[in-house]
Amino acid sequence: MTAARRFLAGGWLPAYAFLYVVFLYLPVIFLPIFSINTAATPKFPLTGFTLHWYEDLPRTPALLDAAWNSLIVGVSAAILSTVLGILAARSITRYRYPGRRAINGLIMAPLVLPEVIVAISMLLVMLQLGLSLSLFTVVLGHVLVCIPYSMTVLTSGFEGFDRSLEEASADLGESAFGTFRRVTLPMVAPAIISSLLVCFTISLDEFIIAFFLTGTDATLPIYIWGQLRFAAKLPGVLALGTLLLVASFLLMTIAEILRRRAARRTQNEGGLYA
Amino acid sequence: MPEQPQTERPQSDRPMIEIRNVTRSYGAFKALDDASLTIKEGEFFSLLGPSGCGKTTLLRMIAGFDNPTSGSISVGGQPMEGIPANRRPTNMVFQSYAIFPHLNVEQNVAYGLKRLKLQGGEEKRRVEEALAQVSLTGLGKRLATELSGGQRQRVALARALVMRPKVLLLDEPLSALDKKLREQMQVELRRLQQAVGITFVLVTHDQYEALAMSDRIAVMFGGRIAQVASPKEIYQRPVNRQVADFLGGMNFVKAEIVEENGASLVVDTLGFGRVKTDKPKTFVRNGAAATLGIRPERLRVLWDNATAKFEVAGKVVERHYFGEITHLIVEIPGLEKPLSVTETNDFGADDIPVGTSIRLAYDPEALVAMAD
Repeated sequence: MTAARRFLAGGWLPAYAFLYVVFLYLPVIFLPIFSINTAATPKFPLTGFTLHWYEDLPRTPALLDAAWNSLIVGVSAAILSTVLGILAARSITRYRYPGRRAINGLIMAPLVLPEVIVAISMLLVMLQLGLSLSLFTVVLGHVLVCIPYSMTVLTSGFEGFDRSLEEASADLGESAFGTFRRVTLPMVAPAIISSLLVCFTISLDEFIIAFFLTGTDATLPIYIWGQLRFAAKLPGVLALGTLLLVASFLLMTIAEILRRRAARRTQNEGGLYA
Repeated sequence: MPEQPQTERPQSDRPMIEIRNVTRSYGAFKALDDASLTIKEGEFFSLLGPSGCGKTTLLRMIAGFDNPTSGSISVGGQPMEGIPANRRPTNMVFQSYAIFPHLNVEQNVAYGLKRLKLQGGEEKRRVEEALAQVSLTGLGKRLATELSGGQRQRVALARALVMRPKVLLLDEPLSALDKKLREQMQVELRRLQQAVGITFVLVTHDQYEALAMSDRIAVMFGGRIAQVASPKEIYQRPVNRQVADFLGGMNFVKAEIVEENGASLVVDTLGFGRVKTDKPKTFVRNGAAATLGIRPERLRVLWDNATAKFEVAGKVVERHYFGEITHLIVEIPGLEKPLSVTETNDFGADDIPVGTSIRLAYDPEALVAMAD
């Protein structure tokens, strides 16, 4: 213990923390750096600045198709998993019944299941059901992986929702629907929007399940995977990757801000995955 | 709240709330067991009892958040069966206050008025009037999260009063406040009730709160109403040991009934000897055994050679100092339990040494007979 303490006290702690962050983010930083480099191969030293790779993106029809597919899948998966998440989160935060904890655990389980196993299982189920692979099957797969995230965000927003608020509204003459519109919805709206954004982001970035469950339609990650075979296409992929990175980062930040606001409204504190 | 002298508003004898044989069962458990009660118009009525006695269940059934398993409730002469909470002439102040956190004070108070679609600034006028009634003028734009506990309580009060209900229901409204604020709010609540003249029904487990504010109190235990009476009657003439015990300290003395007639009882006791007391209206004899109760403050220490018509002699075995008063525990020959005596410190009760032989004066009127 004392050796460790002396080690940390010797100014090593800041150095360790710095290396830690570098290790986490260095790979991510490479993406935007090489996406604005003139050379087609990602290598130091950099050869010059260009936005050429970005300008090329909208001129690639296959990319636009993939982007459109991702948008459709992302929005559908976000809405579906959030609706299902709302029902489950409300049940778990509001009612007490036998098996409540077990159900909560089962819903959260896909979070830790190996994605490739989930993908293969889903594929088997889809084929058993006689569903032909399409963007629809991708949506179903994404709903499965999104629900735990949606649940996490929503339970944190719903938890501590004082039931007497709804009773107070009824007591003041408001109907059940009016109470939902004037009290329940405004209170939980930030959590719902946050869940939508989180689910959309996860779907947008998800590769393995989409890869297994899609038919001929590519989503953005699948498109990127396809492009990696061609060395000359790499800078374009880096540019696209950078855009996805920025989009994900922005969406997740907004989602977390909203989730915190929702949690504060219901007087409940907790981290993203608390 | 506007300063005004505390006047006793004359009450009408018209019933406002009638509770007839109400039972609320959860499976085999009866949260409320055959309760009947009439609360008068303009009355400040308290439901007092320990937690789990059914007082909150009863209040929630009046509000419409719960329904009787059997029996009926009517408010203002109108049966409440099948009428949901949002169409009842009652409003509630919740224990948690239930202030809408996404609305400011004004919006909270105006919440119920919005549906009424009042014309020409009437809504604004009523909100301001309600805020003035609870001394929150000028805080209308504050967010609920920026208010202190006492202020939140006032917002909850204003939000309910602005609806001009026939009955205001208060569910332990002061339990979250600290002692000083609680005592201040007791006075203010009573004053407010006198000013607006609305029937108040208060649920509390705090006997002093109930005694200080109410016109009448119903004491409840285990889903049953044990006694309904004025604070003074409840305190001085509790119907049984349970009620007596719940409303502060009481010495219990075993007694045997020797004679019973219309208005009085003659009992034999150890320690107090043969005593003739008033027979409480609710007294139902149960064999020859009975219990006499006397409040600790109704026993007075006799100093020096002073004598009283009725006195008992004993020995101080414990002394506890409480600032303005002293508790003496006095052993009386023949009594199985020593008597607890509360004496003011004006004459030096705090200096009586343990072990001193003293005499205590009492008034037979203060001895209340309870059936065993």
